[in-house]
Amino acid sequence: MAASGVPRYLNGTLSASSPFQDRPPLITVTPLGLYCAPGDFHIDPWRPVDRALITHAHGDHARGGSRRYLGARAGEGLLHRRLGADATIDTLEYGERLRINDVTVSFHPAGHVLGSAQIRIEHRGEVWVVSGDYKRAPDPTCAPLEVVRCNTFISEATFGLPIYRWDDTRLVAEDILRWWDANRAVGRAAVLFCYALGKAQRILAELARLTDRPAYVHGALNSLVAVYHEAGVRMLPTQLVSETEKGMSFAGALVLAPPGAGGSTWMRRFGEHETGFASGWMRVRGNRRRRGFDRGFVLSDHADWPDLLRTVADTRAERVLVTHGYSDPLARYLREKGVDAAPLATPFEGEAED
Amino acid sequence: MRRLADLYEALDQTTSTNAKVDALVRYFKEAPPEDAAWALYFLTGQKLKRLLTTKLLVGWTQELTGIPDWLFAEVYASVGDLAEVIALLLDGLERPARPEELPLSVWLEQRLLPLRDLDAAEQRERVVSWWKAMPRRELFLLNKMLTGELRVGVSATLVIRAVAQVAGLPPPGVAHRLMGTWTPSPGFFKQLVSPDVSDGDRSRPYPFYLASPLEQAPESLGKLEDWLVEWKWDGIRGQLIRRQGGVYLWSRGEELITERFPEITEAASALPEGTVLDGEVLAYEDGRPLPFARLQRRIGRQKLTPKVLAEAPAAFIAFDLLELGGKDVRELPLRERRAKLEALLKDRPRFPISPSVKAGAWEELARVRGEARERNVEGFMLKRLESAYLTGRKRGDWWKWKMDPFTVDAVLLYAHPGHGRRSSLYTDYTFAVWNGQELQPVTKAYSGLTDEEIARLDRWIRAHTREKYGPVRSVEPEQVFELHFEGIQASPRHKSGVALRFPRIARWRTDKKPQDADTLDSLKELLHAHR
Ligand SMILES: [Zn+2]
Ligand SMILES: [Zn+2]
Repeated sequence: MAASGVPRYLNGTLSASSPFQDRPPLITVTPLGLYCAPGDFHIDPWRPVDRALITHAHGDHARGGSRRYLGARAGEGLLHRRLGADATIDTLEYGERLRINDVTVSFHPAGHVLGSAQIRIEHRGEVWVVSGDYKRAPDPTCAPLEVVRCNTFISEATFGLPIYRWDDTRLVAEDILRWWDANRAVGRAAVLFCYALGKAQRILAELARLTDRPAYVHGALNSLVAVYHEAGVRMLPTQLVSETEKGMSFAGALVLAPPGAGGSTWMRRFGEHETGFASGWMRVRGNRRRRGFDRGFVLSDHADWPDLLRTVADTRAERVLVTHGYSDPLARYLREKGVDAAPLATPFEGEAED
Repeated sequence: MRRLADLYEALDQTTSTNAKVDALVRYFKEAPPEDAAWALYFLTGQKLKRLLTTKLLVGWTQELTGIPDWLFAEVYASVGDLAEVIALLLDGLERPARPEELPLSVWLEQRLLPLRDLDAAEQRERVVSWWKAMPRRELFLLNKMLTGELRVGVSATLVIRAVAQVAGLPPPGVAHRLMGTWTPSPGFFKQLVSPDVSDGDRSRPYPFYLASPLEQAPESLGKLEDWLVEWKWDGIRGQLIRRQGGVYLWSRGEELITERFPEITEAASALPEGTVLDGEVLAYEDGRPLPFARLQRRIGRQKLTPKVLAEAPAAFIAFDLLELGGKDVRELPLRERRAKLEALLKDRPRFPISPSVKAGAWEELARVRGEARERNVEGFMLKRLESAYLTGRKRGDWWKWKMDPFTVDAVLLYAHPGHGRRSSLYTDYTFAVWNGQELQPVTKAYSGLTDEEIARLDRWIRAHTREKYGPVRSVEPEQVFELHFEGIQASPRHKSGVALRFPRIARWRTDKKPQDADTLDSLKELLHAHR
């Protein structure tokens, strides 16, 4: 890779125009969500529809009320938690193909959270891939992203600015452990905020490589931790905060909680404590200071800038449509590098879930 | 440099003041004096004169990273701190496994300061070679020094507390030694922490004691007779020093303003040796203060022509005595300091004493406060008669009881992103009032909302943007805010014809519709009321 962070293969090699450019787009944005007409289904719709294909269980992608759902089998447990036990959810193994009307669909690992998938849709030789959210950094809680070659790639851009670049996850995990240890040494609790689905389990799994001390978790995380356990992910042993004895001291404990718990009366029980937040947004100092956390740990389940560029190049897509966050700058940057790219307006919000 | 980066990180990573002081103490104990002096220089908020233009730094960063102009602007808008932007962007560069480590003083004295004498090509060569060899944390600090904006988020009080702890001295003594101008040399630092008390600098002022705003009912302060009540003057807080044949006038911003007020310093040479007064510099005529705007106009003038001096004659209204006969008297109770001050200035009409306002009871005082605006003062100062002259803003003994502010209901028209830690939010706003059928922008304001309100408003702004002008957005004219301000003056420079003093947001009036906002005419009426 060049010093600039621009993969060399992005320079000019992708300007070939699509052989399918005269066809109507396979996927369009409708008021209900991304829609595939020849297959007559929606992908991650934001309104109830007849048939919904779901990339992953985060709230902005998996919404209730649709008549039937199709997702990756590895994500089945999480989808049921999100959509309700009585939702009609069919699943496919990663890579398994299914014909729906005029198209063939399959799910491929996205490396984002447990069971997350990119959805590949093939129609008369033309291939589109909807990435949902994805990352390339190693994650012990889910299958790594599989590069899927396609004609059109719908990419996320939550961290689509060149300042976003992640350090090795293991170093971040060691940092978290050091912070926990430092607080333990002075008898303080360390309360680490992180998103309940994905990030929390990833941290517990990364820490399990370094220690076997148990951690305490907020109720919102606990049931999701159970789903990960069922999927065979090795994590630190956890105990529910609400099940501890009244008046128990949390001195020296690590507590994982969703960001919404910060500043609430729920926090009082921890006595003297420091707070941390694990998120890609913590890369920028001002974001951490504004939210008043003692520590920020830069850890994201989304691709950083170099990995966004790398993935776009790896798919060899002739056309790239960009959703989430910094879609305008990423699309413009790609265009200037010779890629046919455009932002695609959707209400997906990687920001809230990272 | 690594030690400073560790300190910066430690300060940045805690919100506890004790932890901050601990980190500072650790640093000052471990660092050699030549480094400690420089660290202290930055910690006390002093800045290097700019070494090179930020434009150069941006250009070199773009060369190294291939980031186009528009993308650099985008990134800057989202981070809000140039030094940080550059450090983050350059993070993709290959770095040596074992970076070289140089002491802070060597960085400054042998590397950074000499940059000033080099041409742009040489500057580029050096800076780029440093960038390529430094870890991210240090690179960020280096950029901060290069841009002359290295400020560390720690108050002077904490720094003083830490140095005092290291030196084993009382904090006020350290604070005094840190006042005025000093150069970051090892000698200075050694002197600072030395137990020897015979300081040489005759121009050095004492740290100002600052009043806190009175938020509770004045009755809660106890009996009125325990308090000295003075008008709160609307001028420049100053400290007048007469020592060893010299006269020095310092502003609260630790700026030496002796030359700006020749009539005051001239009169002060008649004061006895070893006198230090605390007071207010005012535009003053016929025994009465003039509006602040008159003084402000004078400050704005480059040359003090006789005409300028005649338009806004200045006086120093004394209200406290800090040194008498060369002796620090700050520990004496205010009652005694005041008596000595009155005795000292009795036959010196050029130094009026801030009169004490007499009233029988708090209620009566509250009524008198209503006269403040006519008198061109801001309200009352309440000082406990038994109090010593403390350092900084210590609550309890000195209160400012301001008169009620002016208010106006105005409509949000433009939003601007904040700076520094708030750069990813819209935190600065332009407000408008009705001028006939049109909304006329009248003022910008930024403070006053809670973090939660700022976040809510930020979301609203993003969802109701009409147009973007660079980082600025115009929004649907729907949201009404109650603004408070301290004064208003006619201003030909503003399109609205008026300028508000200290405008801030008092409340988000979600109960009001834009048509309920005030009019420009009603604002202009205040202009005439405020004479
Ligand atoms: Zn997601
Ligand atoms: Zn998402």
